[in-house]
Amino acid sequence: MTPSTIARHMVAWAQAAPMALVFLAFFVIPLALVVTVSFWDYNDWEMIPTFSGRGYTESFEGCLTKLPEACTMLKTYGQTLKFSFLVWFFTLAIGFTVAYFLAFHVTSTTWQIGLSLLCTIPFWTSNVIRMIAWIPLLGRNGLVNKTLVGLHLVDRPVEWLLYSEFSVVLALVHLFTFFMVVPIFNSMIRIDRRLIEAARDAGATGWQTLWNVIVPLSKPGIVIGSIFVVTIVMGDFVTVGVMGGQQIASAGKIVQTHLDALQFPVAAANAVVLLAATLLIIAAMTRLVDVRKEL
Amino acid sequence: MTDGRSRGFYVLAAFFAAYVLFLYGPMIAIFVLSFQGPDGGLTFPMNGVSLAWFEKLWEGGGIVDIGAAFLRSMKLGVVVMLLTVAISVSAGLAFRRRFPGSALLFYVAVASLIVPSIVTSLGIGLEFRLIDDGVKHLADAFGWTGIQRHYTTSMNLFTSGLGAHLTWTLPFGLLIMFAVFNRFDPRYEEAARDLGATPWQTFRHVVLPIILPSVVGIGLFGFTLSWDEIARSSQAIGSVNTLPLDLQGLTTTVTTPDIYALGTVTSAVSFLVIGLTLVTIRSIAARRARHGDDSDAGLV
Repeated sequence: MTPSTIARHMVAWAQAAPMALVFLAFFVIPLALVVTVSFWDYNDWEMIPTFSGRGYTESFEGCLTKLPEACTMLKTYGQTLKFSFLVWFFTLAIGFTVAYFLAFHVTSTTWQIGLSLLCTIPFWTSNVIRMIAWIPLLGRNGLVNKTLVGLHLVDRPVEWLLYSEFSVVLALVHLFTFFMVVPIFNSMIRIDRRLIEAARDAGATGWQTLWNVIVPLSKPGIVIGSIFVVTIVMGDFVTVGVMGGQQIASAGKIVQTHLDALQFPVAAANAVVLLAATLLIIAAMTRLVDVRKEL
Repeated sequence: MTDGRSRGFYVLAAFFAAYVLFLYGPMIAIFVLSFQGPDGGLTFPMNGVSLAWFEKLWEGGGIVDIGAAFLRSMKLGVVVMLLTVAISVSAGLAFRRRFPGSALLFYVAVASLIVPSIVTSLGIGLEFRLIDDGVKHLADAFGWTGIQRHYTTSMNLFTSGLGAHLTWTLPFGLLIMFAVFNRFDPRYEEAARDLGATPWQTFRHVVLPIILPSVVGIGLFGFTLSWDEIARSSQAIGSVNTLPLDLQGLTTTVTTPDIYALGTVTSAVSFLVIGLTLVTIRSIAARRARHGDDSDAGLV
């Protein structure tokens, strides 16, 4: 290395150092601590720094003995995976359609910016507020139930609209669809319009163009959006808590429950499991894309 | 796309309109309901129109001290905003060229974005708990009675809480800086250098004015992400709560429309902050359009 390269690197290090230090102090070390503490022993009031697998064995209690019946851990993860899949499916379907409309059917840039802004404005409101905003609509005496009863479609108010799995999925889709729209729109806007003309000239129908040209070229955006949405739902405990009336379990909520009980090693063990599950799903999703690229 | 408005356009436009309605409908419902009459409940119909619930909110209403939580969130948001801007811009400059460790730092930033927030929060909580234990052990060992008597915890809004928020805002800040410098024309800097500007002068009078709108954007992002944050704060905030954490607590206990009034007020603050930011960005752009050639004005 020449002295000038070394000097340049020194400058770059100095510029990047604050960010590196923040991540070291508040992300890397804490993450290492979570893994370490997950192997610690504990009693009713404190954690004991000796090696122990109790955090894990107690979390997975009954998972082998109760077979074929699912243990609490498996049930909870089943529930969380179900939420992740449903939310991913709906956000992708809605997000792709909205992005497609904005990218290909709205032709003027002013309108594109205006309509995107229209979709962004609700994000300026706190997520909790956006969750409780469903109460006047979905509650027992809410607008939806009143309409249903008024139209004599049901005899008495429907109970499963609020504080149910339905309301959890609805709220998550409501909150996070735009995270799917942005990256997909970003990919779509970069697609060379001549490719679409070429497809049409070659006799492709609209659907064929969509499926064989636009979808493959939007894939990076689809994957980024999917990773974002799935990781949020996997770790979520706030939306599941508020919209599930604190009655529905989720992987993130187990961690929180153990923390409220100050059982740190068990909470840490659950956090490690959650982290591993999330990373597995992300790895699977990125793999899916690369494989297709090679075909 | 060139053959006018097809049937597909109208179908998609209707879908888009439905999506916008889906986004706004519930929000509008609570904004309206926050003006519920004093005898009104949590759902429609409106039982008269009044500001009663805002007054109740203003008086404190007996629930948690919303005013204090509001101020705390505001202060934390501003600090997070300033630090996010400074740290992201600095790191963004470093990342314009590869340096040893740049790939590692980038992956750590992305990881910070996708590791579930509750895991990060738990880690920070544990870290500060261990620091507390360490301090107490030291105090016992050396007989520092002052510390033994008064020390409670190092966990605080502006230590662990601030750190937790930065792990969330900095990755976004860095990604925005990548987007900025991907489109940046380095010839402006070369020109400045050729004219004898020092590196600092080049940054201060050439680079910074060009990237300023995006820098304001990073600040805006930092503030709003912090203002809304729950999951990362939950285990790392110490004894007092931020506004969204208090809000979350209230959802299970409050049964009157003052929670809607609170929603209306916090949304109004967000709108105000973002409105001001957009005006700032526009006025920067307008000033630049007026004197397109003033980039050297400050150099003399």
